[in-house]
Amino acid sequence: MTWPSIGDYALIGNCRTAALVCRDGSLEWLCLPTFSSPSLFGAILDRRAGHFAIRPRGRFKSERRYLERSNVLETTFRCEGGSVLRLTDCMPLPAEASGEMNTERELDPEHEVLRKVACVEGEVEVELEFAPRPRYGATRTGFRDCGKLGWQLTGCPFGAFLGTDIAVEADGTQAVLRGTARLRAGDVRWCSLAYDQAEASVLPPLGKWAERRLQETAGWWRWWTGRCHYEGEYGEQVLRSALALKMLASATSGAVLAAPTTSLPEALGGERNWDYRFCWIRDSALVLHAFLSLGFVEEGEGFLGWLLHATRLTWPRLQVMYDLYGETRLKERELDHLSGYRGSRPVRVGNAAHEQLQLDIYGELIATVAQYVDSGGELDATERRLVQGLGRSVCELWRKPDQGIWETRGPARHHTYSKAMCWVALDRLVHLGLGDDRTERERDAVREEIEKRGFNQRLDAYVGYYEGEEPDAALLLLGRHGYQPPAHPRMQGTWRFIRKRLSRDGLLQRYPQGTGYDGVPGSENAFAPCTFWAAEYLANLGRRDEAREIFERLLRCANDVGLYAEEIVPGTGEPVGNFPQAFTHVSMISAATALTVEKTA
Amino acid sequence: MTNELSIAILHVLLWGLVATAALSAVLFTSQRLGYSRLSLPFLVGTLFTGQRSAANVAGLVFYLLGGWLFAFVYYFIFAALHRAGWLLGAAVGSVHALVLLAMLFPLLPHLHPRMATEYDGPTYRRRLQPPGFLGLNYGYRTPLATILGHALYGAILGATLFIP
Repeated sequence: MTWPSIGDYALIGNCRTAALVCRDGSLEWLCLPTFSSPSLFGAILDRRAGHFAIRPRGRFKSERRYLERSNVLETTFRCEGGSVLRLTDCMPLPAEASGEMNTERELDPEHEVLRKVACVEGEVEVELEFAPRPRYGATRTGFRDCGKLGWQLTGCPFGAFLGTDIAVEADGTQAVLRGTARLRAGDVRWCSLAYDQAEASVLPPLGKWAERRLQETAGWWRWWTGRCHYEGEYGEQVLRSALALKMLASATSGAVLAAPTTSLPEALGGERNWDYRFCWIRDSALVLHAFLSLGFVEEGEGFLGWLLHATRLTWPRLQVMYDLYGETRLKERELDHLSGYRGSRPVRVGNAAHEQLQLDIYGELIATVAQYVDSGGELDATERRLVQGLGRSVCELWRKPDQGIWETRGPARHHTYSKAMCWVALDRLVHLGLGDDRTERERDAVREEIEKRGFNQRLDAYVGYYEGEEPDAALLLLGRHGYQPPAHPRMQGTWRFIRKRLSRDGLLQRYPQGTGYDGVPGSENAFAPCTFWAAEYLANLGRRDEAREIFERLLRCANDVGLYAEEIVPGTGEPVGNFPQAFTHVSMISAATALTVEKTA
Repeated sequence: MTNELSIAILHVLLWGLVATAALSAVLFTSQRLGYSRLSLPFLVGTLFTGQRSAANVAGLVFYLLGGWLFAFVYYFIFAALHRAGWLLGAAVGSVHALVLLAMLFPLLPHLHPRMATEYDGPTYRRRLQPPGFLGLNYGYRTPLATILGHALYGAILGATLFIP
C-alpha cells in the first residue's frame, strides 16, 4: 500500500469519535469508543495497522465533497471506460448522542460507520477489504460468520460487527475479509460497521433502514448548521470549519479536541510527532469565541462547563491540557511497533507537554470566562470562586519562566507572550469585578516588566522572550486580547519584524528555525494558525487588501473538502501535522470574522 | 403473620438485595474488564424500550425486583430441603446459572421483541445480537462470569436466610 498525502483524507464523525477516509475509499483511522482510545483502523500510522476499503477495481479518478451543510462525505469514482461509482460515508448519530429524544427510534449501536456504494453510470466491479487491527495494530483478531447477522470480530473484548450485502469471505489468515460485487447503474450496496464496547451488540439493518439512517444523519447536520448566524464573507468556508469543529466536540463531555489524530508529522520523516487527541486550555478561548460568534451558544456553554469542571482537579493551578473527561494523567509513550506516517517515528500516544508550566493558559481561560459573561452568561458563586483562585495563582506564578505557548522542550524562559497573557488574566479579573488591590498591582507590574524586557528597542518589536532577539508569531494576538491596540507603533513594529523573519512563501512560521528555539531536533513548516492571525491582525489594523491576500492564499491551502492541518509546506501548500486541526479552523473563523467586521466598519 | 415469618421475609428482602448487588458487581466487573458483554439489566430493559439509556434504567429496576423475586424462590427451595448454608446456596445458584445459559439464552431470540436471529438477520426492531448457547456470543468467558455471579448470589442467600 502506498502512502496518501495528509490532504487526501476527509473526516467523518459522530461527535464522540471520528474516522479519516482517504480519497481512494479506504477508511484508515478510527479510534473506538472515544477519540483518544486505541485505534481499530490505524493505516495512517502504519500500512499494516488496519483499514476498511471500498473502491472500484482497476484505475479510477476520484472527486469528493461533503453533502450540503453536513459531515456526510461523498466520493465519486470515475473509472476507465466511463463508468461512475459513488461512495457515501457517514457515522450515524445515535438518537441520544445527537440530543434527540425520539422514543420511536429503535436501538442504535454505540458507534456505527455506514458506507453506501452506488453505481451511477455503466457497470463497475467493487472491491471491499475489511482489515481491522485493534490497539493500534498490536492485536491479532479473527472473524466469525454469523449468517445474516454479519461477521463478528473475534479475539477482542468489545463487540464489532460488519454487516454488508456484498458477499465477503475471510482470507486464509483470518485477518482480512474480502469481497467483490459487480454493480450496474442503479445498483446499491451497503456496509455497516457496528461497535459496542461492553453490552450486547446492536446490529443495524441495511437497505431502506440504512438509507433512513444516512438521511437522518445528513438532516441532523443540516439542522445544526441552520443555527449558524454568520452572515459575513467566506460563509461556505466558515461553515465548513464550524462543521469540522463540531465533529471534534465531544457530545458526552463538551470538550473540543485539538485534532483527532496522533503523530501525523510536522515534517515528513522527522520526530516532531505528537498526540493531539486532547483538549488544550489555550485553544479554548478561540473555540469558544468561534462558537459564540457563529451563534452556537449551546456548544459554547457546554465547552465552558467542561473547562470549569475539568480544571477543578488541578485548581487553583492549571494544567496545559486535559483529556475529554478532565483526566490529568496523560503519560506519553512511544509505540515502537508502528512505522509512523511515511516513516516518521516515533509514534507517540499521550503527551508529556501536560507537565509543563505554560503561563499563557491562565489568560486564555479567564479571557474565555470574561467573554462568556460579556455575551450574557452568568457565573454562579462556585464558578466565581474558581476564577478568583486562578487569579491568585497568576499573582504567584507570573514571575517564573515557562515553556510558552509553543511548548518548547528546552530550558524554561521568560516568554513575552506568556507574560502578556498573565496581564490579560489579571485585567479580565478586574473587568469581571473579581480582582482586588493585589490583582491591579500585579497587573500593572506585569505590563511594566513586559514593556521593559520584552520589547527590543533596537529591533523596534516585542520579542519571543525577555532580552532575546527572536520573533514569536503569537505576539500578533496581543491586539486581539486587548494588551495593545493593533495600530500601536510597538505592534506595528512587531508585525514588521515577524513578517521579515518568519515569512516563507507568504506563510508564517511560529518562531525561527534552526536556532534551538524549541529544543526539538529538526525543522518545521509554516504554521497555518499564525498565518491566519496575521490576516486577522492586518484586518483589525484596517489594511484590508493585505489581509485578504493572506487569507485567500490560505484558503487555497485547505484540502479539496475544506479541511486544514496544523502546518503547510511552503511552496507546495501540502498540509502536514495532525489533521484536521481545530486550532487552524478556529483561527480561520476568527480571521474571516475580522475581515467582515472591518468591511462593515 | 407469625414473628418468625416476618423475620424470614425481612431477611429475604435484605439479603436478596445484597445478593443481587453482588451478582451485579460480578457481571459489571466482567463487562468492564472486557471478559463478557452480558448485561442482564440491558437485556431486560430492552424488552420494554428501544432507547439505550432508558433501557438501562428500566432494566436495572426490573432486575432488582427480579433479584428479590428469586430470593423468595431460593428461600422456598431451602425451606423445602429444611436446610441452607453457603455451599448449598452456591450449588443452587450454579444450577440457576446453567438453566439461564443452556436453556433460556438459546430461546431468547424467540421471546425478546428486540433480539435478532441468525436466520432472519437484523430488522428495524430486532437488532440485538442473540447471546447464543451459554451466552458465548457475548464473550467466551460469559458462562464463567454468569456461573460465578449466580453462585455468589446463592451462597449469600444460603448463608444468611433464616429457615424457620
